[in-house]
Amino acid sequence: MKVVVKKSQFEVLVIGAGPAGLAAAACAAECGVTVGMVDDNPAPGGQIWRGESAKTSSVAARWIGRLQAAGVQVFCGTRVFHQPEPGRVLAEAEDDLFELSYQKLIVATGARELFLPFPGWTLPNVMGAGGLQALVKSGLPIAGKRVLVAGSGPLLLAVAAYLRQHDAEISMICEQASRGSLARFGFALLGQPGKIRQGFSLRKQLARIPFLSGSWPVEARGNKTLEEVVISQGSNGQTRTVACDYLACGYHLVPNTELAEHLRCEVRDGLVQTDDQQQTSVPGVFCAGEPTGVGGLELALVEGQIAGLAAGGRGESARKLFGERGNLRRFARALDRTFALRPELRSLPRPDTIVCRCEDVTYARLAHHTSWRGSKLQTRCGMGACQGRVCGPATRFLFDWSPDSVRPPIFPTRLENLSAIASSHASD
Amino acid sequence: MPERVELTVNGRPVVVPAGSTVAVAIALVGAACRNSVSGEPRGPLCGMGICFECRAVVDGKPYCRTCQVPCRSGMEINTDE
Repeated sequence: MKVVVKKSQFEVLVIGAGPAGLAAAACAAECGVTVGMVDDNPAPGGQIWRGESAKTSSVAARWIGRLQAAGVQVFCGTRVFHQPEPGRVLAEAEDDLFELSYQKLIVATGARELFLPFPGWTLPNVMGAGGLQALVKSGLPIAGKRVLVAGSGPLLLAVAAYLRQHDAEISMICEQASRGSLARFGFALLGQPGKIRQGFSLRKQLARIPFLSGSWPVEARGNKTLEEVVISQGSNGQTRTVACDYLACGYHLVPNTELAEHLRCEVRDGLVQTDDQQQTSVPGVFCAGEPTGVGGLELALVEGQIAGLAAGGRGESARKLFGERGNLRRFARALDRTFALRPELRSLPRPDTIVCRCEDVTYARLAHHTSWRGSKLQTRCGMGACQGRVCGPATRFLFDWSPDSVRPPIFPTRLENLSAIASSHASD
Repeated sequence: MPERVELTVNGRPVVVPAGSTVAVAIALVGAACRNSVSGEPRGPLCGMGICFECRAVVDGKPYCRTCQVPCRSGMEINTDE
């Protein structure tokens, strides 16, 4: 079947329709420029607002309403996989291939969970914490299921509260951070009234669920699917076995910087570098939300508004948001310190534990390598379908490896689409 | 829009609430999504289209990330069973 390349032009193109992207697209369009927005998911809202129609969440509804009123053209179920030249990106949907031209681009690609390998983590029903929540938002029945929530970060509480609202039995929440570091975080919360309210309402919803600090899963067991989880408890290495249907385990978040890297934006310590106006090192390319530093919903909305106003030509009016952005960023750095990963997590994998899930590369095969590149060439670690999105951050933590530069296509792409592009160029 | 959608997974009929993704339909019949290169059964990990663990064949198209594909009436899903 011949693939037709559909071409569109926008003054501002936004990649990612989570909170940062929605705010950016709405603000840019309200400046009177033409705006397009591309997102891989079936509907706008990103992971935090997944499955929420315009009716169910007031904040989500407000932004989606503004987006529609401002006439933003939204491409859902669509992935950008290549920028053949500045000002033009290629994107693939289920049955479509798009060539989208832009004058200004806003990267709002969000974050993914950090997954750390441990024995049994490849068993079905061992998922990310946000991963299980996303599945439940997408229709997975969870009522009456026994769920152990584990890993690190504030997402664990939000996920546990959400699953409990949907009548899951949360057996416990295991947070790897120590009690001391969580107590210090309590002080940081004092400067953040909104966050305190969130914290209290979560605590209420989580009443009677055991919360263990300094605890993490050391093994998941089961025949073909998860049956029980062994958790470590306390500093002297005690363990305990908990029977469960699901393990929802994620170690906080990793920014999705692949697109920004492909566009040659400066990325330092895993974060896209931006100026006051959220502009990256590449003129005309902006970045907002988690890729500039994991900071959560409010910070994503503020950065998105600033980026949208700046890209729409009203950067001056974004100045009123700088103070709020500064506060939220300070809070985000306090989060990073609180939930810093403990070194014991590096010794969870056994020699036969799979680290690269796409290519089934074990810890033993990786342990004697000294770099990401060397291990890729010798073992195929990171060469599979996820392109190292899971094992890359894991090996960065386990072995302190840094990934290579990003190469197109930055997402697995159908061959007929790659050949359609080649032939459309031949006929140009 | 209908409230429920009927489709098949490995030939077995399954009914899901409208708006559910294919990964959910696969979970409801108790199937794994794919077998890994060393033959392990795998299911969804990230739930957001990043990890590719939930990929399966959707209406003849291989390598679909089933957590990102909404169910449609009459869809035929095949996993590495």
